Amino acid sequence: MKSCLICGVGGQGIVLASRIIAAAAIEKGYMARTAETIGMAQRGGCVVSHVRFGDKVSSPMIPFGKADVMIGFEPGEIVRNLHYLKKDGVVIVCKKDIQPVTASLSGTDYTGKVMLEYLKKNITKCYIIDGEKICEECGSPKVLNVALVGAMAKCQALDLTVSDIDKVLKQKIKPQFLGMNRKALELGAQCE
Amino acid sequence: MTELLMGNEAIALGAIKAGVRVVSGYPGTPSTEVLETIARRNPGNIYVEWSVNEKAGLEVAAGAAYTGVRSLVTMKQVGLNVASDPLMSLNYIGIKGGMVVFVADDPGPISSQTEQDTRHFGKFAKIPVFDPSSPEEAYEMIGEAFEYSEKYGTPVLFRATTRVCHACVSIEVSEVPEPKPVEGFIKDNKWVIFPRLSYQNKIKIEAREGLLSEDFSGYQRNELIGTGRIGIACGGISYAYVAEALEGHEDIFTVMKIATPFPFPERLAARFIHQVDQIIAFEELDSVIEDALIYICGKNKLTIDILGKRTSTVPNAGELSSMIIAEILDKTFGFQLSVPYSQYPDRPLTMVRPPVLCAGCPHRASFYAVKQAMKGGKAVFCGDIGCYTLGNAAPLDMVDTCLCMGAGITIAQGLWHAEKDSVNFAFVGDSTFFASGITGVINAVYNQTDMILIVLDNATTAMTGHQPHPGIGKTMMGEISQKIGIRAILEAIGLSYIKELDPLDLKKSIETVREAALLGGVRAIIYKSPCVAIMKNEKHKSVNKDKCIGCKKCMKELGCPAISFHAGKAEIERGLCNGCGLCNQVCPTACITDADSTEVAK
Repeated sequence: MKSCLICGVGGQGIVLASRIIAAAAIEKGYMARTAETIGMAQRGGCVVSHVRFGDKVSSPMIPFGKADVMIGFEPGEIVRNLHYLKKDGVVIVCKKDIQPVTASLSGTDYTGKVMLEYLKKNITKCYIIDGEKICEECGSPKVLNVALVGAMAKCQALDLTVSDIDKVLKQKIKPQFLGMNRKALELGAQCE
Repeated sequence: MTELLMGNEAIALGAIKAGVRVVSGYPGTPSTEVLETIARRNPGNIYVEWSVNEKAGLEVAAGAAYTGVRSLVTMKQVGLNVASDPLMSLNYIGIKGGMVVFVADDPGPISSQTEQDTRHFGKFAKIPVFDPSSPEEAYEMIGEAFEYSEKYGTPVLFRATTRVCHACVSIEVSEVPEPKPVEGFIKDNKWVIFPRLSYQNKIKIEAREGLLSEDFSGYQRNELIGTGRIGIACGGISYAYVAEALEGHEDIFTVMKIATPFPFPERLAARFIHQVDQIIAFEELDSVIEDALIYICGKNKLTIDILGKRTSTVPNAGELSSMIIAEILDKTFGFQLSVPYSQYPDRPLTMVRPPVLCAGCPHRASFYAVKQAMKGGKAVFCGDIGCYTLGNAAPLDMVDTCLCMGAGITIAQGLWHAEKDSVNFAFVGDSTFFASGITGVINAVYNQTDMILIVLDNATTAMTGHQPHPGIGKTMMGEISQKIGIRAILEAIGLSYIKELDPLDLKKSIETVREAALLGGVRAIIYKSPCVAIMKNEKHKSVNKDKCIGCKKCMKELGCPAISFHAGKAEIERGLCNGCGLCNQVCPTACITDADSTEVAK
């Protein structure tokens, strides 16, 4: 069984990312489960989605220390949830930080740099993605989720390839946005 | 065909497959998607409505079930409190067509006021409760719930929890069978509740409890799994957590999975008790299964250790997980089921990131206007249930009380009767006003209270995902209906001071509150501005850096998530800003303008 934890800030497209991964796994013949944050927590709060797939999956929730991959839409959110990562697990993280209102109000400096440096130092398989640049190239901030899923597929940590993801994009994304999302997938998968 | 379905979608498709014909409900996380999915996947013969509140919804479903059709009503756990009046009598009257009351519980709680356990309501109302452990089980179980409802002529509760409702799984969806003919409503005294009838029916209900318990002991979803000497009792999502925690060590345990916590399958449970040396109960919310086992032991004079919430072995608040269960089993029995994990103790501290009102949310403007107008005066701000509960957070700090749907209006009245030197405000959203605010306003007028009602009319039920309501003029059947005006209702109640205005006009908004504060009686201000999540404004604002004096007033006064400070100057995040322009009205140098015009000016 493979487990992938996706975390970030409400409104970043995290639920769709988990659905895309689950759909790709189902397409490959696996059983897939997800668990998502919906409701109150969506309004700019922390959001976590669990995706698990394999021949048999009992529970949708990933226990601490059991995530094969973590996809972070924001550096601090990855660090917040790091106890989910298994030993030698893979971290895909978007470089750009998002200031919580609490940081702005208290005048506390929050910077993603500190988080990224910690990740680089402590996680062997940590891939930092310039999501902002990819979104600019694709012409929409909404494609961040697909770009990060592309990077995840590139790392081969989940037994899902870029073409596995590409196959299900059609099901999950409205036709008018499909082009830019396929581009985002491709650019995400080019990340080193 | 196989589909990736959310638990709530699975329940909806299961109900469609079971031939449901009338569906009502009131939105509430985590229950909302059941009704929405039925509306979206309607084969054409199902009537679907968002009712004005849960009580109305349950009564609509009951009336439909009186005719013989199958009906479903959906709500979250606290909604059942609102619907409890009809439920507690309907149990005596019964139904003809199968009727399922779908209630979503929220362990944690994640997005609810309470950790209320609906399984108690089954016991209280003496009606059966079904509790699915996964979306795929829920898909099948909802049809079985309809069968039992018809077999015993009683409404049944179908309660699921967040991790079933909002979990997705691949499910094989089957064809919808042809609808069955329905007898229709037959006039009979049995539909009219009277003390004598209730006495007779109470005797039948009590007798039915034993029959149902026996029936449920043979129900396939109540199961004993394994033959080990340590007994684990669980139900709902806890069963999934237990299954994962025990993986590879199943032979040590006997698991009793309870799908019908009421009436409890006593015969099955007695077999379980005889089969094991000790028992540990894992369940979220209250100790319903654990207490049923203790009761059965007492009744049958059985002696066995039962561990759970009552022995403080299992936490009595918050969610469980397979990890928590493995750790408890390790600690209690000396196993090594749990997997060690790193806490990364040296990781940098992360900032708290609570949910906030969206950038451009008109509620921010409304709260800010009232706050400014009442600065220095004694005022209490009673809040209510919806997105605007988030007005509680700094820097707005404008929710002094919040209890339950509609309560702000009446709490404000109680405060005033006890303490008359304060101006008491009640903030209520449009959907909440219709659901349970109107009676509170009538109460205020009738009892000559002094208060200011602030209706935050954003033309939707925003928090639960933008459902229509009576003020919008659209129904779940896609029809256009007459819009019910909040102003017209307030006029009919007899309010003489009613102002309707756009909260994004800050100056006028503040002036109006000041004017209202000087008057007596029940005054109302309706702040009308659509929810930014549905009425996207393409315009966004940007800061003229030359004019920005770096005073941070915009951020410190409003707490808008689109505003941050870099190198001493305000900056507006393009992707988040909805161009409401409130920040510019607060800015001492008015340096925030439409993004495009500043770009041209450069």
